[in-house]
Amino acid sequence: MLGVVNKSIQSFLSSHYGGHVWREVAERSNVDPAGFEAMLSYDDRLTEALLDAAEAVLETPRAMILEDIGAWLAMTEPMRRLLRFGGADYWDFLFSLDELPGRGLMALPGLGLPELMLATEAQGRFTLSVKGAMPGWGAVMAGLMRAMADDYGALVLIDASGRSGPVERVSVTLLDMAFAEARHFDLALPAGVLRHDLA
Amino acid sequence: MTLLDPKGPVLPGAPELQLTLTPAVLGRLMPLFLWLDRRGRIQAMGPTLAKIVGSEALGTSYARHFTLRRARGRDLGPESLADGRHIAVTLVRHPGFNLRGTAVELPGAAQPGALLVNLSFGIHLSEAVRFFGLTEQDFAASELAIEFLFLAEAKTAVLNELQALTRRLEEARREAESEALSDPLTGLPNRRAFDAALDRAVKLLARGGRSFALLHLDLDFFKQVNDNLGHAAGDTVLIRVAQVLAEETRRGDMVARVGGDEFMLILRGPIDERRVAAFAERLIARLEEPIFYDGRPCCVSASIGAVIGADGAGAVADRMLADADSALYRSKRAGRGRCTVCAE
Repeated sequence: MLGVVNKSIQSFLSSHYGGHVWREVAERSNVDPAGFEAMLSYDDRLTEALLDAAEAVLETPRAMILEDIGAWLAMTEPMRRLLRFGGADYWDFLFSLDELPGRGLMALPGLGLPELMLATEAQGRFTLSVKGAMPGWGAVMAGLMRAMADDYGALVLIDASGRSGPVERVSVTLLDMAFAEARHFDLALPAGVLRHDLA
Repeated sequence: MTLLDPKGPVLPGAPELQLTLTPAVLGRLMPLFLWLDRRGRIQAMGPTLAKIVGSEALGTSYARHFTLRRARGRDLGPESLADGRHIAVTLVRHPGFNLRGTAVELPGAAQPGALLVNLSFGIHLSEAVRFFGLTEQDFAASELAIEFLFLAEAKTAVLNELQALTRRLEEARREAESEALSDPLTGLPNRRAFDAALDRAVKLLARGGRSFALLHLDLDFFKQVNDNLGHAAGDTVLIRVAQVLAEETRRGDMVARVGGDEFMLILRGPIDERRVAAFAERLIARLEEPIFYDGRPCCVSASIGAVIGADGAGAVADRMLADADSALYRSKRAGRGRCTVCAE
């Protein structure tokens, strides 16, 4: 898997909990505290080891950590912007999730995002099916969708409990599309703005 | 290759189909459309185009707002455009922005010769979006504008990340290289770097380069300093010796620490025995000046064996090293603190 996933976990731990937490997790999982290179590939087992160590150090269930990672990721400005290209409002955004793995591949071949499928259940109720190479992507998506709801100013209920076989389910109830004011988003960045980090 | 029917598929046997499109409907499908009458006056335009050229352009000639850059004929008008022709225009007020599109003559319009033009931003889409403050709603859902912007931004992020990675790897490579080639105590090049430099000098000489001298220097009485004053004193001496060697040599010469208290020098030419002897004498005199460690003087000297690689002598690195070594041995035997130049 591309290092960008491990790098995201690393960045989340150090910016959300502090460098000392990251260093402890790194030590427990036998990873160089300098961490990961986003553009290099690493063994998938390293990701498992990192998450195991994070669970132990933070004394927090894995699903909760993964949800926080999803939310944190969506709030990093470069990622928030890329996700906002999904649509003008939250409804559009939800339906753009089907295309998210394709967009990910377009940006970075080998990224390995999970397969996503949005189904409409009833008025305002949706289910996102998440099928990833390793379990846990459902929780990441739940966190990401919650954070993006705040960004779009939408009021939603998100529940990431369901799961059948390799497919995790996230249910979304869209209560109010324009509950609060959306955060500002310009389609184009100001000229000359270069950003240095995906995550 | 299958050619598309330019008229598009139509139900066979159907009577001539007619569509009635209002500017409002057109504007939703094609936010950058332009409707011209036969004299080129703007009859209607899409909302995004109106944002760019201003709705006061309605009723005026298109030529006041658009410069035609590419189309058959001289002018954008029915007489110069065949149906379906690709055109390119520049905004008169903002010449940096090009749009491209398709112009078709409207059949069955009230006025014959009326034109419908559908425009789109080309590669300057990002700049146009920024400059005119466009949003998702300014583009038709069928357009790939948003995908284009997404891709441009995502690729920039990936590229930045890759460039940063390349920079980090390059720094690590340089660091590893310099660590592999230098002596950590004195910072001088090490044996490996010296061997490579000697190899280069020999090869250059074989190709007709200048003569050079190879000096093998061994400190005298260094063991006593180490034994009497400790290794820290010895290290101080070695660092000072390295400084003196660096000061006494010129740019282009080479000084390396190749062992505990052994140094190798390559002096670039042209050079002869007399110059080597003078250089060695000056060097030894400076090295014999006491070096103070913790207020106590450390006194060393140096024995040197030298050999000159001269033009046409057919210099071989191994033989030169052996000659310098035996010359050094003779200096030691003759009472130290001196230089012997091996006669070729």
